[in-house]
Amino acid sequence: MKYGWLTQIGQLLLVLVLAPLLTGITRKIKARFLRRRGASIAQPYRDLLKLIRKETVIAENASWLYRSAPYVIFATTWVAAALVPTFAVGLSFSAAADLIVIVGLLGTARFFLALAGLDVGTSFGGIGSSREMMFASLAEPAMLMVVFTLSLFAGSTQLSSISEYMLGPHAGLSISVALALVALIIVSLAENSRIPVDNPATHLELTMVHEAMVLEYSGRHLAVIEAAASLKLLLYLSLIACLFAPWGTAASGDGASAYAVGLAVYVLKLLALGFALVVFETAIAKMRVFRVPEFLGVALMLGLLAAVLLFVSRLTQ
Amino acid sequence: MTAPDPLIWNQLAATGVGLLLLLAALAIPFASRRLGVRLVYGACSLVCATLAAAALPVLFATESTSAVIALPIGLPLGQTLLGFDRLSAAFAVVINLTTAIVSVYAIGYGVHAREPLRVLPPYPAFIAGMNLVLLAQDAFSFLVGWEFMSIASWALVVSEDRSESNLRAGLVYIVMATAGALTLLLAFGLLAGAQGNYSFAAMRQSGAFGSAAIVLALALLGAGSKAGLVPLHAWLPLAHPAAPSHVSALMSGVMTKVAVYGFARIVLDLLGPPAWWWSVPVLLVAAVTTLLGVLYALMEHDLKRLLAYHTVENIGIIFIGLGLALAFEANGLATAAALALTASIFHVFNHSLFKSLLFLGSGAVLTATGERDMEHLGGLIRGMPVTALAFLVGCIAISALPPFNGFVSEWLTFQAILVSPQLPQWIPRLLVPAVGATLACAAALAAACFVKAFGATFLGRARSDAAVAARETDRWSRTAMLLLALACLLAGVLPGFVIDALAGVCQMLVGASLAPQATQPWLRIVPLDPARSAYNGLLVFVMIILAAAATSLIVRRFASHALRRSAAWDCGYPDPSPITQYTSGSFAQPIRRVFGSAVFRARERVTMPHPGDTGMARLEVELHDTIWDTFYVPVIRSVNAASTWLNQLQFLTIRKYLTLVFAALVLLLIIVGTLR
Repeated sequence: MKYGWLTQIGQLLLVLVLAPLLTGITRKIKARFLRRRGASIAQPYRDLLKLIRKETVIAENASWLYRSAPYVIFATTWVAAALVPTFAVGLSFSAAADLIVIVGLLGTARFFLALAGLDVGTSFGGIGSSREMMFASLAEPAMLMVVFTLSLFAGSTQLSSISEYMLGPHAGLSISVALALVALIIVSLAENSRIPVDNPATHLELTMVHEAMVLEYSGRHLAVIEAAASLKLLLYLSLIACLFAPWGTAASGDGASAYAVGLAVYVLKLLALGFALVVFETAIAKMRVFRVPEFLGVALMLGLLAAVLLFVSRLTQ
Repeated sequence: MTAPDPLIWNQLAATGVGLLLLLAALAIPFASRRLGVRLVYGACSLVCATLAAAALPVLFATESTSAVIALPIGLPLGQTLLGFDRLSAAFAVVINLTTAIVSVYAIGYGVHAREPLRVLPPYPAFIAGMNLVLLAQDAFSFLVGWEFMSIASWALVVSEDRSESNLRAGLVYIVMATAGALTLLLAFGLLAGAQGNYSFAAMRQSGAFGSAAIVLALALLGAGSKAGLVPLHAWLPLAHPAAPSHVSALMSGVMTKVAVYGFARIVLDLLGPPAWWWSVPVLLVAAVTTLLGVLYALMEHDLKRLLAYHTVENIGIIFIGLGLALAFEANGLATAAALALTASIFHVFNHSLFKSLLFLGSGAVLTATGERDMEHLGGLIRGMPVTALAFLVGCIAISALPPFNGFVSEWLTFQAILVSPQLPQWIPRLLVPAVGATLACAAALAAACFVKAFGATFLGRARSDAAVAARETDRWSRTAMLLLALACLLAGVLPGFVIDALAGVCQMLVGASLAPQATQPWLRIVPLDPARSAYNGLLVFVMIILAAAATSLIVRRFASHALRRSAAWDCGYPDPSPITQYTSGSFAQPIRRVFGSAVFRARERVTMPHPGDTGMARLEVELHDTIWDTFYVPVIRSVNAASTWLNQLQFLTIRKYLTLVFAALVLLLIIVGTLR
């Protein structure tokens, strides 16, 4: 139990430190794929430092909600990211929140982000919020269906239980797991505004979604929001690693060496997933906005199919 | 210390109902003065608080109390039986708690009524009717209370009779309410059986007369029409917004719960042990209701109608829980049934809190601006910061986002859905994952709906002069809204106490209850097994607060403090006119494109001027209320046709009338003769 607290606090700090690095690495790899040299992998840290040192400019009619939203978004994303086991299971807060709560916390963050987009009353903010909520209306149920499928396997919605189950002898290759994985990947792309759903690097007005919502933000507010966005990417990659590739994670009673191994394996997993993300992004073109619902609809249907298959297979046993 | 006789609490509650009726009469002379109006609402609030307090001991009673007051009035040779049991006590606490707070709001808001004499007397009568339904221990007083509630609320709906739409709403409402009461009457008739004993205790003993399927169908129709199950919801988005806002809050937040109580009483209590297939129609209707309710709400731009449609969605969520409880109970999965039932009644509690809060907020907006149409609002967060804060809490809670209360009940519903592979039958097993997906979809759409509602009303730039001039509402109204917002937070972070309070209800209806939650470490809730699922709202809330505080402290310490206000950037092309903002209609447009073409047969027509022509482009959107067209229009048409045809009977000669009378007499004699 005393390790639980240490691990929990360690993880809170770890995700915070690693998140900008992950963003930097994916940007670097992507630049190399596009035959550019790219900025250093430390660039996101520099960007954050630069932003918080700058003067903050806010619109004349911005309300208290606009000024407090970045902190709410960051806090909920950070708490959610801290609840996903990364290098060790048995976090002391893991009993406080299961996978559905993590989905809910990300929902709270998105809710505030969409409201912040509407606060100043510009058309770009509105377009971003409106599209974000439309994507979410399909991505969130798809995510919940993935949660359903996995928790039907493991008999639990707790992340550490699911992770232990996937390591155990009962978990074999199954169609439902594969379908759930594909659905989760699609959801992760949409939730992190990656190509083909959105483009994190774009500033072409009519194609942006996430960037449109945060268009009016500057200075320290923007820094906090950018940090939240990198945390969210880290969260989704950790979630995929924790659910579908839980090998090497330290268990609650293990010694210090297991923790070191867990940490190293976790970093490797993040690198591999980040690399795969970049390969996928480079290979595909961005979709029109109204093609995205079809793309996300696929995720929802795959998730539902995975859950129904499980319900049926349990029946025949 | 000896516990007082349980009869005392029922006597107290019955006295409370009597007092409310007295208040309704007293309100007539009081309505002409502002102070009188305030006094009546204040008294309503106190009586409701007392009623809630009277129901609490019954809710926590370990044994089902049999302390029923018998009054020698009612049906010939019958008695009126009054008293709470654990089921009605749970609903009584919910209803009276919310009503007490709403009445505090009305102390400030009620004086704005244009004709207080039309609002003030039916208000206490309406509350008395709802409480009578809950107190009733026999079908007769249940139905008397039910009709009282319907008629008093109808009077409140048509209290503002200057607009034609309100009168139409009143007409649709009274027709639906009458039809619903009729089906309930038939359901009770079947339950009472051949002996005709209308007390609930006797019905419970005898079970249904004839087919349980018919009683189930009648209960779904009767209670469902009052609660707003699709397709019987049509009156709800018309009538709820038409009433003054504090009454809308009661109708949407509270009266629909009385309907849920009616359904639970008949189907889960009086009808005897359920069969598994009962859950199928309930789940199907509930899932359709959930999804359609939120889609209809998304298409609305009238704030109060949006809220009313959203009630339909929440009723769907409540009925999903009830349907799951039926399926589990029929298969002997008592703990799972208790989980589903707890989720459902918890959502009843939550919805009464946040829906009332949102309606009160819309009332404050209406007083400040005279507008309900969100396309003419905007930017109110600056003029009305307290209302905006309370409304925001309501929006987060109703969108089922942690750490507020809406999330807890939906989380419990999801946990109940995840137990369903244990069901042995094929049909519910295949149905339940689909219901789960529908619920997940509805939760995400609800968030979109309330981003739209809050964003269009409170954020952005004001779209009308009234919105620019809007000022904060009065002290009483603010207090009531903040109280409800606080209740939403408390129920969200300390859900264990609510779950424990519902243990008695579960024990009574499904014979099992969830393990006590208040003794769990760190106030977390564990519905079934800690390895399976757990949620700690308090810890999540504290962590969010700590994380936000730490972040802002660090930013404050290390970041530049320079802050400058300037014109909005908007990619370099800010438009000075507020009409270029996103409106509620444009916000919902992507969702309308994704879901609307199937559900609403939505069509968009864009007319572009020719190149070189400087005329305006036009975008026309066409939406159809498919349910109204499918279910209601044929009925209305045939009633109209029949009445036109029968109308010729009004213009006959005396000779023809005499012939008709003679023919009718002969016909009746023939019928009597053949029946003998």
